[in-house]
Amino acid sequence: MVSQPLVEVVDVIKSFKDVKAVNGLSFSVREGQFLALLGPNGAGKTTMVEMIEGIQFPDKGDIIIDGKTWHNHEEEIHRIIGLSLQETRFTDKLNVRETLSLFASFYGLGRDRVEEVINLVNLDEKRKSYVVNLSGGQRQRLALGIALLNNPKILLLDEPTTGLDPTARREVWSILKKLKKEANTSLILTTHYMEEAEQLCDYIIIIDHGKILKEGTLDQLLITERGKKILEFTLKEEGIKPEAFPDNNSFNVQWDMDKQKGNLELIKFESQLPKFLNYLHTCGLTLENMEIRKLSLDDLFIDLTGRHIHENE
Amino acid sequence: MKMNKKYSQLGQLLISHFKEIIREPGIIFWGIVFPILMSLGLGIAFTQKQEVIRKVAVLETNDSAVLDSLLIIYMSDYADTNRMMTIENMQTGNTSFEFIPMNWHDALIALKRGVVNIIIAENDGKIEYRFDPLNPDAQLSYTKLNKYFITGTPVIIENTQNIQPLTLKGTRYIDFLIPGLLAMGIMMSTMWGLSYGMIEKRSKKLLRRMVATPMKKSYFLISIMTVRMTMNFIEAVLLIVFAWLVFDITIQGSIPALLAIFIAGNVGFAGLAFFISCRTAKTEIGNGLINVVVMPMMILSGIFFSYHNFPDSLIPYLRTLPLTMVADGMRSIFIEGAGFDQIVTPVAILMIGGTIFFSFGLRFFRWY
Ligand SMILES: Nc1ncnc2c1ncn2[C@@H]1O[C@H](COP(=O)(O)OP(=O)(O)OP(=O)(O)O)[C@@H](O)[C@H]1O
Ligand SMILES: [Mg+2]
Repeated sequence: MVSQPLVEVVDVIKSFKDVKAVNGLSFSVREGQFLALLGPNGAGKTTMVEMIEGIQFPDKGDIIIDGKTWHNHEEEIHRIIGLSLQETRFTDKLNVRETLSLFASFYGLGRDRVEEVINLVNLDEKRKSYVVNLSGGQRQRLALGIALLNNPKILLLDEPTTGLDPTARREVWSILKKLKKEANTSLILTTHYMEEAEQLCDYIIIIDHGKILKEGTLDQLLITERGKKILEFTLKEEGIKPEAFPDNNSFNVQWDMDKQKGNLELIKFESQLPKFLNYLHTCGLTLENMEIRKLSLDDLFIDLTGRHIHENE
Repeated sequence: MKMNKKYSQLGQLLISHFKEIIREPGIIFWGIVFPILMSLGLGIAFTQKQEVIRKVAVLETNDSAVLDSLLIIYMSDYADTNRMMTIENMQTGNTSFEFIPMNWHDALIALKRGVVNIIIAENDGKIEYRFDPLNPDAQLSYTKLNKYFITGTPVIIENTQNIQPLTLKGTRYIDFLIPGLLAMGIMMSTMWGLSYGMIEKRSKKLLRRMVATPMKKSYFLISIMTVRMTMNFIEAVLLIVFAWLVFDITIQGSIPALLAIFIAGNVGFAGLAFFISCRTAKTEIGNGLINVVVMPMMILSGIFFSYHNFPDSLIPYLRTLPLTMVADGMRSIFIEGAGFDQIVTPVAILMIGGTIFFSFGLRFFRWY
């Protein structure tokens, strides 16, 4: 059975003064599908999900949620979506249980559901703590708990793990993975983290400047590049300039002068590698360190945009 | 069967807003403790008039003996080290003048700082006074000094049988002050509690998170205002009880009328508070807006001192300020024994004004 998409976004455009925040995005999400919107700062991720959430409104284009538009169906759509905004600070002096109870009341839910959710997001020990005293990770889990209260058909999470340390991030991931296994929820997730998209999502859309750069499943995204490996290396010599590695037919080195680090794409490394090593030898350069790894989304992103997703890393 | 009681939306909103307020120690302090301390401080400062000491700067000239001898002529005690002159008065309390020798520079500084309000010097064998003619207190010093220097009586007993001190309830400063403090409390708590609270919720993105649920917006507004009004009521009752216990203050007029003006004041200020907080998400801007509304009224509405000190031409305008309406209304009930008839107009204006501001606020309200 081919299920009708739960969320359909068609040619959506949204501008702010001189910025086209979202510039003609189209995609759809099916039941149970986990979708990642991946992009750097200012790509338009928040603007896009807030339009789906009914918080912002598109200048052009349509957003259809479970066959309905926001116009005239506010109440119904609110009941089937759950969301966490990029940054919400809940009332400082309410504790975890009270905050969840307040939001539960909006959906006509009771104490049992609040207890279930506290359990689900692992906040049992913190149920009586004021929000102001929670750690960053605990606050994100509270926000996630609030998003899950009404057992939403569609969950929208805007950067749920930004600013968390790896352990806290993994905790959020495991809650979402569990949800994927046990519930029939669809997820739209925005993130800067390639790993997050890889770990959680079936379908990935890379956006920048409000446009789709590339989309597909993880395999589809990397398929054209299948077999490619990346060699990263550093040299013992200092102050090497990119000119040290002129273009040639056998290999193509990208040399980062600031970091004094180079990398090259290897397609057939049996033949390319000896040539590269030989070249270093003839130039009198000595390898300090080298590492060969698989191609990642990160490399794809650099390929597509010419920059890292984390501009300042 | 498993019990799973559903939470009521309005109930949860009321409880949450209430907890949010009572768990913030600052709110309790500014709303309850501070007005009580203020009434205590001001009440005591202005009721217990025993000995008033007025300090007078005496200019030291090259020939300071001249002034000294001049003063000695008039005052037998002056030669004593304490350099005091006392005017005894059974009715109005004693007044003492303390003469402090200073040079011109120090005398001016003392005057600027308010340590003294009059400077006397000797000129050609006569006493010369220097003071700010616009300062009524300095004028009083001058009148008294001048009078007793002329008569030259060394020990002065004022015999003012024609003065009948008013210590009747309702005529004391504290009787004037308490209704003013009540009115001010309504304004401050509503403006800060409601406006600032709303703007803060918007700036924390909590407001937009809440409206992204099936929450009824009207319930949100009803709950936040109900909680604020209840707190205002508690604050007011505590202040009245305190003033009754400590200063024996009484409500001479109609209590239902007092309740009416209290509610009208709440509605008026809630409308205003809602209006100024309807758009901005920046707490700094909120701060500024609230101060723009609150500060002028604090000064002009005659909370601490009667606005009749302002020029007569201004008074009709001052009376149109909402805080003036509430304060005057409350005063008329507390100390003039007024009933409903006397407060109908301000109550109506406050209610209607509040409703108009509220509707405009709602019209432009930014939930997101
Ligand atoms: N309310 C607004 N007014 C003006 N410009 C805005 C507004 N909201 C977003 N923008 C602009 O639109 C663009 C997209 O912003 P958006 O917040 O959607 O990016 P994002 O992908 O979520 O970024 P981040 O990863 O930093 O959260 C940015 O250039 C931003 O400056
Ligand atoms: Mg964002």
